[in-house]
Amino acid sequence: MLEVKNLDKSYQKDHPALTNISFSVKPGTFVAIIGPSGAGKTTILRSLNQLIKDDNGEILLDGSNIRSANKAQLRKYRRQIGMVFQNYNLVERLTVIENVLHGRLGYKSTLAGVFGRYTQAEKEEAMSLLKKVGLEDFALQRCSELSGGQKQRVGIARSLIQHPKVILCDEPIASLDPASAQTVMQLLKDLTEEYNLICVANLHQINMAKKYADQIIGIRKGQLVFDEAADLLSEDILRTLYDQDITKELE
Amino acid sequence: MQSSAKYLTRKGWYQTAIIAIIGGTYILGSWVLNFDNLSGLMAVPRAFGWLGINFQPTAKSVEYLPKIWQKLMQTVLLAISSTVVAAIISIFVALIGSKVTGINGFVQLIVRGIASFFRNIPLVAWSMILLFSFKQSDFTGFLALLLMSIGFLIRAFMEIIEDEASETMLALKATGASYFQVIFQAVLPQILPSVLSWILYMIENNVRDATLVGILTGTGIGFIFDLYYKSFRFDAAGMTVLSIIIVVIGLELISNQIRKVIL
Repeated sequence: MLEVKNLDKSYQKDHPALTNISFSVKPGTFVAIIGPSGAGKTTILRSLNQLIKDDNGEILLDGSNIRSANKAQLRKYRRQIGMVFQNYNLVERLTVIENVLHGRLGYKSTLAGVFGRYTQAEKEEAMSLLKKVGLEDFALQRCSELSGGQKQRVGIARSLIQHPKVILCDEPIASLDPASAQTVMQLLKDLTEEYNLICVANLHQINMAKKYADQIIGIRKGQLVFDEAADLLSEDILRTLYDQDITKELE
Repeated sequence: MQSSAKYLTRKGWYQTAIIAIIGGTYILGSWVLNFDNLSGLMAVPRAFGWLGINFQPTAKSVEYLPKIWQKLMQTVLLAISSTVVAAIISIFVALIGSKVTGINGFVQLIVRGIASFFRNIPLVAWSMILLFSFKQSDFTGFLALLLMSIGFLIRAFMEIIEDEASETMLALKATGASYFQVIFQAVLPQILPSVLSWILYMIENNVRDATLVGILTGTGIGFIFDLYYKSFRFDAAGMTVLSIIIVVIGLELISNQIRKVIL
């Protein structure tokens, strides 16, 4: 269970980026956060694993507060929270399997991590995850040789090997073509069910959110204006969210 | 529509004005200095003609080759060793000084200060200063090149880290990896090609600069050139210059090949 209570954040004084955001997500749920650019979607996502330090509020993962954790505790929380990025953020020069194994670093001693010493079990798990995302033949290829959709699937495998409770996706399909976008979204949805994960994704594509997400959170100017099951998203709500009619997107 | 046309007209006038100012400064300058443009221009081919005749290596100057070659290799090795040592020092300093991997604002400021201090003192000045402490030796040249290279490489490496490694660094930080794990698993592999490319460039550059340093510190190829030049053995001096050019071009070709393979 992921609970966010009264989250506040401002980058400049008197210009709040987030005000009083509260929501909760049950395991096995795919949540989409939608809203105009600059509304604060990325800020919410990045404060969930404290890449951005928020100003006030509580973030509870299974009842324990991530916000008040010290450095060592924060590392332990972070390894339970996978993250998928718009630009994939892989080490392009390394092979696919090395990038997947990076997800294990949070569990290793500093020295073993520095020299990239992974156990046999970890390597085998990396291979089976690559099989799951359909890239087992690419394990020894450099990431720079992959297409965007393939890179994103490597990113997903990297987050899965963390054995996460939560996966955060920051615009996961914004740089992908429509076909790869469908593959990635379907993969995320299937994995959410299979591993009973909490998957939180920032999305610009409302039709994708409606199609794949179980729960939709709408953010406008740093405030939460909608938090319901995906079926309840209506034209009226979209109009208030984006300040204009966007009927076409829903179809 | 109206305003964008106006903007473009104004931009055109600005450009004309800038060209006029540059041209005017030149004409004014040559008038003040009594510089005769025509004879200045005419002197260029004559100068090259003189160079061609006097500095032309003759059959006799071939006998200088073994000596030149030995000194040249000494200089190349000096340039390579100073660059490599500078690169090793610079990469660590750049890691603690860059905006994404740096320790804190204060350290970043100090690192930037040190880099710009080493960089902005001319190589000639470094050699002269170091001459007092280390006398005329290869080590003086090594140190002068080292300090200069450190100044350049710290700055270059910091920019590479900031440009290329910040995104992957964020991804690994999010997995719960520790600082050193992030540095060794994400930052260093990510920046390696650009770093090697800069090291190769710095080696080429240092071979050229080592010649100048050699004239001042009395070592290597620079010393030999100075010696031949001052004893009016222009053909041997010409031979020296030719050898330097060939070696530098050779190094450039090799490093271009290396770049092609690693990038």
